[in-house]
Amino acid sequence: MTMMKPFAITLDPGSSLANKTGSWRTERPVYVDRLPPCNGECPAGEDIQGWLFHAESGNYEAAWRHLTRDNPFPAIMGRVCYHTCESVCNRGRIDAPVGINSVERFLGDEALKQRWRFEWPANETGRHVLVVGAGPSGMSAAYHLRRLGHAVTVIEAGPVLGGMMRFGIPKYRLPRDVLDAEMQRIVDMGVTVRLGAKVSDIVQAMKDGGFDAAFLAVGAHIAKRAYIPAKDSARILDAVAVLRSMEGEAPPQLGRRVVVYGGGNTAIDVARTAKRLGATEAVIVYRRTREKMPAHDFEVEEALEEGVMVKWLSTIKQAEGGALTIEKMTLDAKGNPQPTGELETLEADSVVLALGQDVDLSLLDHVPRLRVEDGVVQVDPQTMMTSYPGLFAGGDMVPAERNVTVAIGHGKKAARHIDAWLRGVKLAPAAKHAPATFERLNPWYYSDAPKTVRPQLDLARRTSSFDEVQGGLTEDNALFEARRCLSCGNCFECDNCYGVCPDNAVVKLGPGNRFAFNYDYCKGCGVCVAECPCGAIEMVPEDV
Amino acid sequence: MDQQVKFYQTGTFTVGNRLLSPELRTVQASTARSNSLNSGHRACQGCGEALGARYAIDAAMRATSKRLIAANATGCLEVFSTPYPESSWQLPWIHSLFGNAAAVGTGIAAALHVRALKSGRTASDVRVIAQGGDGGTTDIGFGCLSGMFERNDDVLYICYDNEAYMNTGVQRSSATPPAARTATTMAVGAAPGAEFGKGKNVPRIAMAHEIPYVATATVADLHDLEAKVERAMTIRGARYLHILVPCPLGWGSASHDTIRLARLARETGIFPVFEAERGEVTRVSKIRRRVPVDEYLRPQKRFAHLFGANGHADMLQRIQDEADRNIRRFHLLDEGSAA
Repeated sequence: MTMMKPFAITLDPGSSLANKTGSWRTERPVYVDRLPPCNGECPAGEDIQGWLFHAESGNYEAAWRHLTRDNPFPAIMGRVCYHTCESVCNRGRIDAPVGINSVERFLGDEALKQRWRFEWPANETGRHVLVVGAGPSGMSAAYHLRRLGHAVTVIEAGPVLGGMMRFGIPKYRLPRDVLDAEMQRIVDMGVTVRLGAKVSDIVQAMKDGGFDAAFLAVGAHIAKRAYIPAKDSARILDAVAVLRSMEGEAPPQLGRRVVVYGGGNTAIDVARTAKRLGATEAVIVYRRTREKMPAHDFEVEEALEEGVMVKWLSTIKQAEGGALTIEKMTLDAKGNPQPTGELETLEADSVVLALGQDVDLSLLDHVPRLRVEDGVVQVDPQTMMTSYPGLFAGGDMVPAERNVTVAIGHGKKAARHIDAWLRGVKLAPAAKHAPATFERLNPWYYSDAPKTVRPQLDLARRTSSFDEVQGGLTEDNALFEARRCLSCGNCFECDNCYGVCPDNAVVKLGPGNRFAFNYDYCKGCGVCVAECPCGAIEMVPEDV
Repeated sequence: MDQQVKFYQTGTFTVGNRLLSPELRTVQASTARSNSLNSGHRACQGCGEALGARYAIDAAMRATSKRLIAANATGCLEVFSTPYPESSWQLPWIHSLFGNAAAVGTGIAAALHVRALKSGRTASDVRVIAQGGDGGTTDIGFGCLSGMFERNDDVLYICYDNEAYMNTGVQRSSATPPAARTATTMAVGAAPGAEFGKGKNVPRIAMAHEIPYVATATVADLHDLEAKVERAMTIRGARYLHILVPCPLGWGSASHDTIRLARLARETGIFPVFEAERGEVTRVSKIRRRVPVDEYLRPQKRFAHLFGANGHADMLQRIQDEADRNIRRFHLLDEGSAA
């Protein structure tokens, strides 16, 4: 039916869609993904923003599965990781960083409560990899290798799994049932474990066992000593031995006045342990200032709260009977401690040396062409492979910062490169996105929400028992905390671009599929870029 | 409007939010939105009016189940949307004259009412919107608008306020703010730009008619704008919605700053966002992060003469004083807020 046209009207009505306003454009918006600071910082390579995304909607199992793609120990991490991710979190510039570590712990604990398991690999490759050392690095490697379908045998000199997580980290920071559960979950994937077996010659062990490759992560267990002139009666112990004996039947005899010598996290651990064993005085003697102390500030703070004392700028000159001679130090222009000649006496029933640890490298004596420098094995930092083909190493025995998270990261990286090496290919390093800086965000859009603080064990109970100091978040708090994430640099589908376009030139592709631009009509005004909360759109010039 | 939601990351600040329940999400977040003002319109890059019109009409379309007719005054909105024979409008839409949009709306509403009565109903299910820019509303169409108000005709009138006659080359209207440079208020002389103490505040004039519903909104707060349209469509009688829509061309601002400027207009107190029923203010949008007026004025070239070595600190102060007066008058600050 043809419509009768009104007077003086000759054309049929048309749609403005005929007018392709995209031709006006000199710049076009494009969606980008950027590397959030937390992900960039994580030594274990976790996709923190990725697992927080699932946690935000309360899908904790999906969050846990996403997290454990990179790190199989969230319950351990949520207790002992130094969470450098939080110190770089962009939310810190708005109110306080997202409590990533506390959400990770919640997920880890939830997994243990719900008994979520890792899946067995879909296919077996028929290859067999030896892992020496059942610490964080070795067990991380075992987990990742198993996921890739390789048979894995872990040989551990000690009587139990966990390595330094068990013998170096006190119970009040890492309860043993948590450690055991996360270790067992990896064993349950079909990993063979041989405890109490020491590998004395790695090349021979690989040949004897018919292993296709090996990952070494024996840790650093030999305490460094310092020369302290001492009479017979002085009781001088080392930190590694003290912390190790905490796992045995009889706790170490430290006496009522305990002096710890050193300034690292181990020194703090020993001092706090001594307090819990009943010492009336636990004094750390450290030769530099608090600012220079390698121990993490929050641990120093917790120790001070528990009554641990610290003698800054001090060295132990001599030990005699129940007394130490302490020399005051001063920092020179370069920041190095120099003796002042000023002496004082400090009463002590025992002195514990916490001066760092060395690696027992004897199992590598017969490996040809191996490079060892500064007491650690040299590896290709891209692949973690030593100069001996098929032999990889990680954790405290290679040059790197020594902490659990770094060790876990080594295990993951080594596993991926062992897998590639076994397949005869080389893994190209994955291209990294440009960083998601704070300046690219539009913070207006985020709700105001201060950080949720985890409960802490009462001070009285902290110093009299080995109960865990740091509590966990409740589900409500964990959800709240996860939702504080800004999703820096990556679209979280807030629909802003879709809503604010004056030209309807943004196409919404549905949940999980994000958006696309309709360049036929996009005039290039840039409102979407300005109003994107997380900085996931940028303008690029058109070729004109 | 006041949605007390638990903490949902971006809450209701963003257009959508996967963590919100669907009924709390905006019309604009939905792929089922009407796109009443379709792509291909000839508005400038970053046009606040095109955005405001789609926001408002889409919300009204949802509220009326698409039983909606719009009458349009002459102005940018009419010219850029409907160059003969094309139109961007995806609803029954009529343009007559510059000054008679309110009267045309009245006539359509009257005709619909008669039809409803003839078919045995008490009121028509088809609703009417009349809309125009600030020129067509506060100046040229003002008589028709006031008449529509005093007769309490069943029309929602929406004014898209970009503070001057932009379509014809940025001439001053009675909605142009003091000190703003336009083609007819040049930035010359001892008191450059539009004069202080002139112009009219039509939302407050509408309130003086004691009509059922008056509200202001900006394109920077979508949840608020949509809620007001929805509220308006639940009411019969004369209703007035005044939406601030920044104009990159006339304001001399960057096209990407349209929403930011609308946000700053509210956060400085320059543009109070409120609702009123029968002449009484019933709710105001509180300022979230108060900022001095400089932050709003500086990105706009129409105020450039206020700044710099030959600037006008006294005029800036007067603008600040007016913003402060708005804050007092409408109680725009929360008690004890960090202002």
